[in-house]
Amino acid sequence: MKKQTADVVPQDGTFFPVAINPEICNGCNRCVEVCQVDVYAPNPEPRKPPLVLFPQECWQEGSCVEACPRQGAIRWKRLPIHRVRCRRKATAEDFFV
Amino acid sequence: MNAKRMKWPYPVEWNKTEAAEADVLVLGGGAAGCFAAIGAAGKGARVALVEKGATVSSGAAGSGCDHWESAATNPCSRIGPEELTETMIRAFSGYSNGISHYIECREGYDRLLDIEKMGAKVRDTDDEFKGADFRDEETKLLFAYDYVNRFTIRVWGSTFKPALARECRRRGVRIFDRVMATGLLTERGERGARVAGATGINMRTGKFMVFRAKAVILCTSRPTRLWLFCPDLPGISEFRPFQCTGDGHALAWRSGVEFTMMEKSVKGEWSGLRSFPPYSTGNNHNTWYACNLVDAQGRALPWVDRDGRLLDKFSDRFRPSPGQRLYLKGGSEPAFNVYEVQGPDTPPVGELLGQGYQLPFYADLGSLPEMERKIIWGMMVGEEGKTKIPVLRAYGDAGFDPDKDLVQTYGDGWKSGSFLPQERQLFGLPGGVVNDWKLMTNVEGLFAAGDTLFASNCFGHAAATGHYAGRHAAAFAARTGAAVLDDRQIAQERSRVRAPAERGSGVDWRELNAALTRIMQNYCGAFKSEELLRTGLMMLRDLREREAARLAVRNPHELARALEVLNIMTNAELVMEACRARKASSRELDFARLDYPDVDPPEWAKFVTVKLGGDGVETGSLGLGYYGALAENYEKHNPDYQKRERS
Repeated sequence: MKKQTADVVPQDGTFFPVAINPEICNGCNRCVEVCQVDVYAPNPEPRKPPLVLFPQECWQEGSCVEACPRQGAIRWKRLPIHRVRCRRKATAEDFFV
Repeated sequence: MNAKRMKWPYPVEWNKTEAAEADVLVLGGGAAGCFAAIGAAGKGARVALVEKGATVSSGAAGSGCDHWESAATNPCSRIGPEELTETMIRAFSGYSNGISHYIECREGYDRLLDIEKMGAKVRDTDDEFKGADFRDEETKLLFAYDYVNRFTIRVWGSTFKPALARECRRRGVRIFDRVMATGLLTERGERGARVAGATGINMRTGKFMVFRAKAVILCTSRPTRLWLFCPDLPGISEFRPFQCTGDGHALAWRSGVEFTMMEKSVKGEWSGLRSFPPYSTGNNHNTWYACNLVDAQGRALPWVDRDGRLLDKFSDRFRPSPGQRLYLKGGSEPAFNVYEVQGPDTPPVGELLGQGYQLPFYADLGSLPEMERKIIWGMMVGEEGKTKIPVLRAYGDAGFDPDKDLVQTYGDGWKSGSFLPQERQLFGLPGGVVNDWKLMTNVEGLFAAGDTLFASNCFGHAAATGHYAGRHAAAFAARTGAAVLDDRQIAQERSRVRAPAERGSGVDWRELNAALTRIMQNYCGAFKSEELLRTGLMMLRDLREREAARLAVRNPHELARALEVLNIMTNAELVMEACRARKASSRELDFARLDYPDVDPPEWAKFVTVKLGGDGVETGSLGLGYYGALAENYEKHNPDYQKRERS
């Protein structure tokens, strides 16, 4: 075995449905541990938000958001391609979730 | 966005090998794998569990599950395990796994009680639904669909996987998270010989793993990403989790395991390419059963029974039709569009348009009886995997009020998108490994459970077959000597696994996955023929030689992704070989051969089997009832469990 090293080029996160707020995140890495896909990795700097290395592989089930102990540290954002039309019955007003 | 190259954040252990030993080795830590480990440990076996992700959240039911099917032995059920299994077998014209589904019907409810003891929530202990039609006031169990026969239980499935992972640890199961199983080890390294263990790769560090075991249980998913792959959003290429790729099928095929029904595939029902997040659009099926739908003018859509009789009362949606013993699931979904078991539903869209109803349709949660609204929006949508955060919370945050707001439907049935005929997937009791009454495969010491089995189904099936396989694997291990590993086989596997990491540059795994799905769509799509399938196999071989041989990765994570795609290629070959072996078309298997257009000729009413032998693919067959009398055989093979049932 010759190879001793490894590196990574983080994937483009255009379609990633999660946003991390570095002001609230305390770098506890609970999200890193529950993600079955391993989208995240711990930040080498302690108490800093996780690295998002493989956002394209997210299967969008939200376990990271659910496991997060600090409300608002990870926010779920519906992707524009998944926007659904809703209608308020009383006013016939449309809105899009 | 960050296109900068970074140092890999975990220790790099490409050159390290770790050896571990167990009586029973479980591959896959989903519902089936956790229960297999628990079942084997309960019999006194030393158990190791290998999981590619995190056992606490992995597998198809990792983030939740809203209903538990076939709980025929729950105290409120009005149908016994024999009758329910036989009905389900008939509903699929015999193309079902009588053994595994009998185990599901006979033991599934016991597993639900196990999970409850582990701390998960399976009944309405908070009395949230007191007085509801679907609630049994004494047991506080909540039922779905057929409220008369009461064999489907609504559950708080998001509490299940954490409880199962905890229980595995409590019972001393050694859990190897973030390890992908890459190959089975066999005695003398021979295909088809007794299983001796497995190899794996740690997808964070690259460390090579060698597991030695007396028995191995395959608990991995059904194959995915064969026809459906989205290069921009690979994570949502299919309904099942991204890394549920059917590794076990590929490992087993390479080791000479016998498969059946792999020729069955159905038109795609869900993919991020085409549809919305599961259960996030207006619906009246499955999780959303039996929600009211209205048309563009606000007119309520009618509900009819299997005979087309208009159902006036809401409660009729939860009752079998006059003269009907029971119905399966909610709504006449493709797999349940069988008269005997067809449930109440709204008429097909085309028919409704002919009656003057106007598109678009909407789900109208607010017009439901309060308990029915609360159980759909808040409990089912919430507990079903992928709905708690992406749907329930996201809609709430956006101001959606289920009492006041309509949600548009997109597509019919539970689907929210339309697919081309060649965009296919393995769904609705797909193929898998052939099993005997111990859930052992044709390879001695190799067992299977959950989605690895042919004609697999939901959580209850995974849980029941997992526990059952665990018990039988432990019994096998207890009476068998240690298996001998073959050093040459291990060295070959190590070299195969590490090859993509050795290459400085080359082909990306996504390119390979996209290319093989194109081959599958073109040569193994809605219509098959010997000519098309042979060409497809040649193209796969060409892809293997020209591109797969140049796969290159930067780190252990990408190595696992590359190895997955190699497994998907193997599964594609398995599917094509299975398609070649059935020389007749079949409605039940959604299988159309241009060169054998006769549909379901009687001589082909059998399980066609395929396996890799010494000289290539070997085909065979099994009678549709090969498993014999259900209760009798079950009782013969499970005298210990019988005692427990009686006690």
